[in-house]
Amino acid sequence: MNPKKTSRIAKHVIYGSVGLLVILLLFLIGYILITGLPGMSWHFLTSVSQSFEAGGGIRDQIFNSVYILLLTTLISFPIALGVGIYLAEYAKDNWFTSLLRTIIELLSSLPSIVVGLFGYLLFVIKFQIGFSIISGAITLTFFNLPLLTRSIEDAFRAVPLDQRQAGVALGISKWKTIMGIVFPCALPKILTGVILSAGRIFGEAAALIFTAGQSNSVINYANWNPFSPTSPLNIFRPAETLAVHIWKVNTESILPDAHQVSSGSAAVLIIVILIFNFGARRLGNVVYRKLTATDKER
Amino acid sequence: MDDIKQKLLSKSKQTTEDRRGKILCYACLSLIIVLIVSILYFIINRGTATFTQNYLSLTQFLTGKQWNPGHHQIGALPMIVTSFLVTILAAILATPFAIGVAIFMTEYAPRKGTKALRAVIELLVGIPSVVYGYIGLMVVVPLVRKLIGGTGFGILAGTLVLFVMILPTVISLTADSLKAIPVSYRQAALALGATKWQAIYKIVLRAALPGILTAIIFGMTRAFGEALAVQMVIGNAVLMPEGLGTPTATLTSQLTSQMGNTVLGTVSNNALWSLALVLLLMSLVFNLLIRVITREGVIK
Amino acid sequence: MMEITEKYIKKIETPVALKTQDLAVYYGDKKAFAEGTIEFPQHQITALIGPSGCGKSTFLRSLNRMNDGIARVEGQILYHGLDINNDQINIYELRKHIGMVFQHPNPFYKSIRENITYALKYHGVKDQSVLDQKVKESLQAVALWDEVKDSLDKNGKQLSGGQQQRLCIARAIAMEPDILLLDEPTSGLDPVSTRKVEDTLQELKQKYTIIIVTHNMQQASRSSDYTVFFNLGQIVEFDETSQIFTAPHVQMTEDYVSGNFG
Repeated sequence: MNPKKTSRIAKHVIYGSVGLLVILLLFLIGYILITGLPGMSWHFLTSVSQSFEAGGGIRDQIFNSVYILLLTTLISFPIALGVGIYLAEYAKDNWFTSLLRTIIELLSSLPSIVVGLFGYLLFVIKFQIGFSIISGAITLTFFNLPLLTRSIEDAFRAVPLDQRQAGVALGISKWKTIMGIVFPCALPKILTGVILSAGRIFGEAAALIFTAGQSNSVINYANWNPFSPTSPLNIFRPAETLAVHIWKVNTESILPDAHQVSSGSAAVLIIVILIFNFGARRLGNVVYRKLTATDKER
Repeated sequence: MDDIKQKLLSKSKQTTEDRRGKILCYACLSLIIVLIVSILYFIINRGTATFTQNYLSLTQFLTGKQWNPGHHQIGALPMIVTSFLVTILAAILATPFAIGVAIFMTEYAPRKGTKALRAVIELLVGIPSVVYGYIGLMVVVPLVRKLIGGTGFGILAGTLVLFVMILPTVISLTADSLKAIPVSYRQAALALGATKWQAIYKIVLRAALPGILTAIIFGMTRAFGEALAVQMVIGNAVLMPEGLGTPTATLTSQLTSQMGNTVLGTVSNNALWSLALVLLLMSLVFNLLIRVITREGVIK
Repeated sequence: MMEITEKYIKKIETPVALKTQDLAVYYGDKKAFAEGTIEFPQHQITALIGPSGCGKSTFLRSLNRMNDGIARVEGQILYHGLDINNDQINIYELRKHIGMVFQHPNPFYKSIRENITYALKYHGVKDQSVLDQKVKESLQAVALWDEVKDSLDKNGKQLSGGQQQRLCIARAIAMEPDILLLDEPTSGLDPVSTRKVEDTLQELKQKYTIIIVTHNMQQASRSSDYTVFFNLGQIVEFDETSQIFTAPHVQMTEDYVSGNFG
């Protein structure tokens, strides 16, 4: 076969695979939305889930997912910020830094089920906290840290070096230069990173099934005392999230409307994650303009 | 002593500020280090108990086919084999596809096309694994049942689900490595009269080989460790896979479905932790492989 | 490092702002600069010239310890009778007295107003009226006030290159330094902007001692009072600018300023 012809065939094959990829995505999203949206109702979103009968909702699962997401972000952000700043601003090119990078890489390559089992062993069993929101949130922190650290480090590195020189040359301490001058510049990118990681946390289930648990206690939304066992805010109660619910319903339950419930839950999950995905960049830009008083987008 | 002189010799609040900042950073670092050390310690400690406390044989664990820890049969071979099979098959399926898309992104697509594809890939990465598992259960399993008979659960269904799941990772990393090849390489080939495809195939792909390999291994790491999606379509029977469509189990699926049914300290439980240890060790191995490849790649 | 034997260093009769004594700077084991003994006259502009890599930027950055952690310094830099590399020196205080403007304009990604006030607030100026006054004065000093007085809340990065650089100078002088170090401040600017920056410097020398590194020989000759010629990591000649450009004492200097170098 002559080279020209090969070149043309190769091109067709390549375009074909791209087409397939796009079709795949459309199919996945389309399938979830088409099977999930028709069953979506106010009732479904606001009522308690059922274990044996049809007609259950996902109210508590949605709340749990959001609550765990917030807690995880709250715990992991300061830690990731500290490590990210260290790697971007202080780390010298030596054995310690490379060890640190290896550790972070290793942590990010650990299967989430392994991280989940570690959380189970440590919090649920050793510390005897039991299946609880806090066990789940801390375990998800482990799972979230490497990526968040990475995006924070990248955000700091993307800020030009001369900003730091300018700060230091004015007699400002290095730390204050980093926090007061470099950090605001890095913030839009950091926010994008945080929101993207939020999407990952929201959809994560493997690390939660043995830490936050696979069931819910009875919750009273009128009770805002975080120490009361029926309060939604109580961090020591077991909490099944939306993602765990989908898994549970499909593997161990005998719900007559399992299909309907999981399609609906999956649709909610996907919609939230789509919002996170698109929202991340938008918000980044808005904050950038606010913080820097620029009229144009970067 | 003049005024300026006095100021120059004054104590600086900045030094304290700097020290406090550094201490904060180091505190965060130590948290992460303590974390990884304790993960390694706990999993290794638990995972070896089967052999050190229950005195079961490591050889049996690695080569035996009977899994019934309650009766001290801990042959994990079926799960190990299945884990590797689905991982490797998924990688084999994903690689050509990913290279095709990556070539499109770096060599053929206009800027806008590349950007749009990046968005598509990010969305695919964003879809949670339970959703992949659910679609696998609803769509892939019935499809496999229709195609090759049986229950539909098994290696083929697992492979197909994993293939889709690792695709975005492999594509974006492959695209990165293709993009890193200097434009001058392509221009040199074209100037010598090569067709566009010859330039890509003979020059760009060759030069990007270490990067592409890394991409594939990253994908395999993800596939090997994926739990829920696989668990939902694999069938969950600890049997040696006899075909593409017979129910079987992976390391992760067994952990997911059984960990809740055992009591800590029993042989059944210890045996599961040994499976977790295998998972941990494999992710170490994948990590090491990536390091070796990137290092070799850099030297070349 | 090749030793240059023929050198000429003029002795300064007028008040001296800063003095270096046998200064040597090392990057690791590599000597970047050696044997600089020189006195910088107060309220004058001193230009540092020389071919690329001659050590003039390294020298300049040592003068307010911007090389800390990057390079090692030997010898003395005397300011108000103190060696600034002394352990007891408060380098943050030092940098308030010896300000610096960099090669590429680097205003903060903040509003024009905040570019000026940020460091002042950090160093304890709280009074809003004082801050406003400072913003006005320092922008006036660099002839930027009329151009930006209506858009002080605009981002500093949105100004033109020349305006940005003048904003950076304003930011530095708002700290009321004694000495202002400038590292090729006009190298990225067009001729018109360059001219404006030079005019600004002429105004500023009434109050500040200015030390400026420049690549541009015309700039050195038209806007400086004294000139130091660097080559091969050493100071070859230091004299009044008029002397250096018309009748230098050293042959090497003459070759350089007349363009017969190499």
